Amino acid sequence: MNPKRKKRLYLVLFIVVGVAVAVGLTMYALSQNINLFYSPTQIAQQEAPQGRRIRAGGMVVEGSVQRAAADLDVTFDITDYAHTVRVHYTGILPDLFREGQGIVAQGEIDANGVLQAVEVLAKHDENYMPPEVADALQKAGKMPMPAGQEFNK
Amino acid sequence: MAEKKWLPRWFYQLASPRWCYQICGKLLPWFTVAMLLLLVGGTAWSLAFAPADYQQGNSFRIIYLHVPSAILAQSCYMLMAVAGAIGLIWKMKIADLVAKSCAPIGASMAILALLTGAIWGKPTWGSWWVWDARLTSMLVLFFLYLGVMALNSAIESESTAAQATAVLALVGLVNIPIIKYSVEWWNTLHQPATFKLTEKPAMPAEMWVPLLVMVIAFYCFFAVVLMMRLRNEILRRERRSGWVKELLLSN
Repeated sequence: MNPKRKKRLYLVLFIVVGVAVAVGLTMYALSQNINLFYSPTQIAQQEAPQGRRIRAGGMVVEGSVQRAAADLDVTFDITDYAHTVRVHYTGILPDLFREGQGIVAQGEIDANGVLQAVEVLAKHDENYMPPEVADALQKAGKMPMPAGQEFNK
Repeated sequence: MAEKKWLPRWFYQLASPRWCYQICGKLLPWFTVAMLLLLVGGTAWSLAFAPADYQQGNSFRIIYLHVPSAILAQSCYMLMAVAGAIGLIWKMKIADLVAKSCAPIGASMAILALLTGAIWGKPTWGSWWVWDARLTSMLVLFFLYLGVMALNSAIESESTAAQATAVLALVGLVNIPIIKYSVEWWNTLHQPATFKLTEKPAMPAEMWVPLLVMVIAFYCFFAVVLMMRLRNEILRRERRSGWVKELLLSN
């Protein structure tokens, strides 16, 4: 390669590597701000800001969903299999909301440690399957479940 | 100065606009036929014959547009950046033309991925848009394409425009691994990849085979559109050269 081209090649490499390092360091410094939600463990360790609106993400604990008979009030626990957070919400839940499903709730944590949610989003996992396969797996008790670490990065 | 040739001969021939125009013209019908077959077959397969998902029902079928367009948007960006780098280093005109032809295709793929994602997100997540790392970095990719296109058309001299856009494309290259690994590095609402190169897909074969067909169909579509744009661009850029005049007169 002639010297001129070599110089330009180094310049291109310098741009790509330099930008990658700069962006990498910035992202590393801001990683907590880039996370969409706090995990129950982070909330238990008081890493989430108090008295501010936050998002919490986790799996809806089996058997924890309590619906009010008269109105749209619903209470449930979300977990990352290490800690749990109780969530209270009034409104229509997404279609995919169910026990054992990952969700992300936005709201404020009150004095009793309950997240008073104003929005609940369902977090779909990467597993897709036809209904028959799902039935068969469920019967055999081999339904793939998102691991707790999926909520703890 | 004599230099060692360390790439096959056809690669050097591609650097000649005339050769490139002719090779693209020969390849175009093949890719068009493959694209039509795969696109029609893949669409029918994925919309009518693939099974519905156990949770989302039929709304999951949008994956057959969403995933290929998102993959293409990223592949196209990488090609644009690599072509830009080749143009910068070796001053190869064809590489500049390839980079220029890539941008609008990539931008349309990125907006298609964003729109199909939003349409899917409303019934599945309960929200059209969330500012999580995956969605935001994909939006940045779309803006990068727009920036590349705007910069290219803002500069009068075509070789300066090619240089400037190549630098912008290279700077934006850092976004590609961010898009890919965003779902692994951070807490996001977007689910992790269903297709991974190292593991078997997280869906049964009757679902992922049509998806694979659609991905290949989109690559063929990309090849067809890219070659058509490239040929146009070559003719426009070489309009004063003898062979283009001859070609136009013979038609």
